Amino acid sequence: MQTRADNTADESGEGELVIDTVGLTKIYGSGNTEVVAMRDANMQVRSGEVVALLGPSGSGKSTFLTAVGLINPPSFGQVFIGGCLVMDGSRAAVNLRSFRRRHIGYVFQKSNLIDFLNARENVQLAMQLNGMSRSAARRRAMELLDTLGVADRGEYRVAMLSGGQQQRVAVARALANNPKVILADEPTAALDSHRGRQVMELFKGVARDFGAGVIVVTHDHRTLDVFDTIYEMEDGQMRRTEAEQVRG
Amino acid sequence: MNLAWKDIVNNSGRFALTTFGIGMLLMVVMGMAGIYRGLLQDATVLINRIDADLWIVQQDTRGPFAELSRIPPSMVYRAAAVPGVASAREFVFHTIQRKHRGKLLRMSVLGLSWPEDDGSWVPLIAGRHLRQSHYEMIADVSLGLGLGESIRLGKDTYKIVGLTEGMVSTGGDGMAFTTFLDSQAIQFDSPSEAIRLERAARDNRGRSDELFMRQPQLTEQLTRPAGDLPAISAPSISAVVVKLKPQSDPAEVAALIDRWEDVSVYTREGQEVLLVQGIVDKARRQLFMFRVLLTIIAGVIMALIIYTLTLDKIYAIALLKLIGAPNHVILGMILQQSLLLGVLGYGIAYLSGNWLFPAFPRRVVLTDGDLLQLGIVVLVISVFSSLLGIWKAMKVQPNTVLNG
Repeated sequence: MQTRADNTADESGEGELVIDTVGLTKIYGSGNTEVVAMRDANMQVRSGEVVALLGPSGSGKSTFLTAVGLINPPSFGQVFIGGCLVMDGSRAAVNLRSFRRRHIGYVFQKSNLIDFLNARENVQLAMQLNGMSRSAARRRAMELLDTLGVADRGEYRVAMLSGGQQQRVAVARALANNPKVILADEPTAALDSHRGRQVMELFKGVARDFGAGVIVVTHDHRTLDVFDTIYEMEDGQMRRTEAEQVRG
Repeated sequence: MNLAWKDIVNNSGRFALTTFGIGMLLMVVMGMAGIYRGLLQDATVLINRIDADLWIVQQDTRGPFAELSRIPPSMVYRAAAVPGVASAREFVFHTIQRKHRGKLLRMSVLGLSWPEDDGSWVPLIAGRHLRQSHYEMIADVSLGLGLGESIRLGKDTYKIVGLTEGMVSTGGDGMAFTTFLDSQAIQFDSPSEAIRLERAARDNRGRSDELFMRQPQLTEQLTRPAGDLPAISAPSISAVVVKLKPQSDPAEVAALIDRWEDVSVYTREGQEVLLVQGIVDKARRQLFMFRVLLTIIAGVIMALIIYTLTLDKIYAIALLKLIGAPNHVILGMILQQSLLLGVLGYGIAYLSGNWLFPAFPRRVVLTDGDLLQLGIVVLVISVFSSLLGIWKAMKVQPNTVLNG
């Protein structure tokens, strides 16, 4: 497996490089119908770092997130996770599903829980799929739900949870296998501002406590103070922005 | 964690209704096989009970069950004289439909060769066998006659002295056992006016016949009952049943009797083959066609149900793929649900069939072989019907969750 040489923790004390994208480009269609959804996108995220990805609708944020999340392969460019090359253009360098299971956690804007399982089972399933025993997975699921303040809702069906509680459960599931990467696509879109901030601070906390690199796609400028780094996308082009500049 | 079961519990009401529907469909498939087995059993029950080695019937007929057979009663004595024959007796069998208690009653009457045969081979569930030469009857419970009840057939009244069960004709009509003479009386009963007219007509014909003119005493004979006129009476029994001596070879004795030019002879197995290939064969093929059609329909319905269940959780399947669930977890979930649907449906079919089939007007027999065969078919269609759902699940991309 090809690895990235400079993914170790740097001398300034920052964490190891967990996400590194090099020239990611996504082109849909061909000829007259060709649409470039993302062009030459580069991003580095270190462990413990929380990155915001801003941009208007259709700017390519979700395209980037699905490429990094190994859901929708890029047309060109490379994706390194934890120093390992996982996507080289549209070619997968690893078993994507297995890699996603072990190294990536996902949280999305709408309910992203399995509706026929209860809150605890949603978290437990992620660990059991990764080979953990049922009893150990159950115990850890309850610990995670407790950490996220929803342990008392563990046996509730998804439909009986509020939007904020569902997002917390989704975050617990995303953390279940101690992933290197957590990807969140507008996780606060369905929440009020208070709940939205709570969830964003939650990401900050889990990045710090669990050492994961977190990328959050958001439109909510009120919570930008939570993020360490901010990237913006427009017309498929990505650029790094100084946090103060955006907040200011 | 069993995802299939979790999903079923979450949609328990709908799954229960679906399973019940499949169960009812499978019960009909099961019933089709049971009806065929019932036909077969009904067709052969009498042959097996009578336990005759040979059946002597009218020449070139497939009687007495597959078609009408008429032979003279004297055939009993001819058969009894054949070397190797232990006993021979009359067999009279006919179906009648009469009114009783204001309702039509259809029964197959079998004449017993009294006094040698009092019907002791007929298994009773109540009462006794025949004890007198006239006016007693053993009836199958399916006829709805009670023990001690009287029934008027023709000019005579018969008392039910014994009740038997499961003794029906090939047509499914309950059987009634009387003495041979009573069964003939029931069969050849004619209204008094018809008898008077026939005797008068006979007398008129006789008076214009030269033979009767020269021998006037013969005209006195013409007014006697037809049965008392051997020279002009019709053959009046259906068959002769023959029991052989233990050391006798049925094929050898049958070959001997077969040389007679007025009768045909069948072994017990031959008689069974006549019934199965004649009376039951078309019904068997018809039922088989229905079974095949219903099995295909059940398969299609199951496939659609599994497909719909899969569509209902397509978002969950995409999510499972997204969080890295291997294909076998998703396939297993769909396949397990399909198998559970089939197995539970089969169980419901079996239980409801056992409860409902006894109330059917004709016998429905569930054999272990047929149940096993249907069980295997259900497992196969469960697997095949899940393929459509599995195909749909495999096509789903994990990014469906994002569009969701």
